[in-house]
Amino acid sequence: MKILVCITHVPDTTTKISFTPDGKEFNAAGVTFIIGPYDDFALARAIELKEAQGGSVTALNVGLAETEPTLRKALAIGADDAIRINVNPTDAWQVAQEIAAVCKAEQYDLILMGRESIDHNGGQVHGMVGELLGIPSVAPVMRLDVVGGLATVSKEIEGGKEVIEVNLPLVAGCQEPIAEWKIPNMRGIMGARTKPLKVVEPTVTATSTTVQQFSLPPAKGACKMIAADNVAELVDLLRNEAKVL
Amino acid sequence: MNILVFLESDGSVKKSSLEALAYAHKTAEALGGGAITAVIAGPTTTDLGSLGGYGVQKVLHADDGAFVQVDIMTSAAVLKQAIAISNPDLVVLAKSSLVDAMAPRVAAATGAALATNVVDLPVLNNGVLTVKRSIYTGKAFSDVALNATLRILTVKKGAATGFEPNSATTIVESLSVSLSGSDKALTSKGTEKATGEILLPEADLVVSGGRGLKGPENWGLITDLAKTLGAATACSKPVSDLDWRPHHEHVGQTGIKVSPSLYIAAGISGAIQHVAGISSSKCIVAINSDPEAPIFKVADYGIVGDVFKILPALNQALK
Repeated sequence: MKILVCITHVPDTTTKISFTPDGKEFNAAGVTFIIGPYDDFALARAIELKEAQGGSVTALNVGLAETEPTLRKALAIGADDAIRINVNPTDAWQVAQEIAAVCKAEQYDLILMGRESIDHNGGQVHGMVGELLGIPSVAPVMRLDVVGGLATVSKEIEGGKEVIEVNLPLVAGCQEPIAEWKIPNMRGIMGARTKPLKVVEPTVTATSTTVQQFSLPPAKGACKMIAADNVAELVDLLRNEAKVL
Repeated sequence: MNILVFLESDGSVKKSSLEALAYAHKTAEALGGGAITAVIAGPTTTDLGSLGGYGVQKVLHADDGAFVQVDIMTSAAVLKQAIAISNPDLVVLAKSSLVDAMAPRVAAATGAALATNVVDLPVLNNGVLTVKRSIYTGKAFSDVALNATLRILTVKKGAATGFEPNSATTIVESLSVSLSGSDKALTSKGTEKATGEILLPEADLVVSGGRGLKGPENWGLITDLAKTLGAATACSKPVSDLDWRPHHEHVGQTGIKVSPSLYIAAGISGAIQHVAGISSSKCIVAINSDPEAPIFKVADYGIVGDVFKILPALNQALK
């Protein structure tokens, strides 16, 4: 099975988010970048499928040279090779078109990625890639099994899950508990240095959205503390001050 | 600005879809009028004519037997067809697991500019429609310009508030959609759904428990309080990782993001990843034995003490 895993290069989940004073750019100073947590689940499942059934796993990122350490980490975790599309994308539509262009040439059986990136939280790329390639897409996928050319996926729905069968090729936007995250070992890290990482120039420039301004939520007021033996006061505050009951 | 609203039915038309209609109504009002059309796929018990109360001029109903299954692919086909017929400037959908997966397909097919996780009404600036989105998992916002003549928005709960429908009625037309083979690519093999519970993503009140509850055998404290309040139940990531509670109750960075009026966090320390999932709650109550727990930094009201005593006392006080 030929598998593509699209990964994002995003701030660590513990990052305190801030922007430049004019609100035009993310402030990356001192920020650690990681493989998006949802993409990491997708990558782990791709490697499990390859180990069980054979085939190959290619990791892909749309980004400039600064994202290469993140791609090398995907190689250390177990991807066979990597592709970096050399452009700093401005929206999901641009990313989806670049990924679709690679897929048209390579004919993957499975195209996996996270359900969404944890920076812009767009969740658009899996559906767009599916539509551009004329193949089905499913998200958010919590389980993925493949037998022959048939995938069985478990998809989260409100208050539960739905099991769906679909023939490959397929695009899946993944989330936990599809697989356990894999931590690269020393052998993987050493091996990753010599695995192929191909840089591809972008093919499209079309975008459909532009970020004009970033902002932070207003600062939260102080927490009003209530004595442990006085829950009646809490009930009164919720009813009459916060007016939420 | 002509607006098309995609509705979902869960037996009857979903509450979140009615909020999408209210959002469309308020948008039309703010941007100088325009027709509102609604589209829905599959059977529903709701009297669709009554949606006239939201200012809807016409409801397109795709339910001619072809819709044995409403899924990502079939609903995308319905929405594409409804766009072709009603030729809107703007399409509004309430964020849901179906819509999140389906809307990007429709955007790619129609060349529309898509903005997801929209938290407020759009603004028109020199002919360019701009919306505010929630990003960095609730830790920030972005104002995004939509550079296409067709725009699609998926809106979060609470994006439009303070609208009451009137008693007007509207016409309902049958929408005929011919599904291609690829539209029928997905075969549903069944759903597992918690029954009789209030769905967490749509809940207005949420009672949530963390590791401080010490084990699944103590979850009665959470469910009893939720029952008294008419609230949904939720949990932190460690709790669902330990299988004390199902994954669909996990609130946080990689779980469900909630925006209720009231979120009660019991025995939850408030790791940054948990807070990311609750930050758009209107009011947060924290109950924790550790006065230094970070949850108190984001809570509106806090009680330091033993959850095993406070939860039953709170339940009693609310009865």
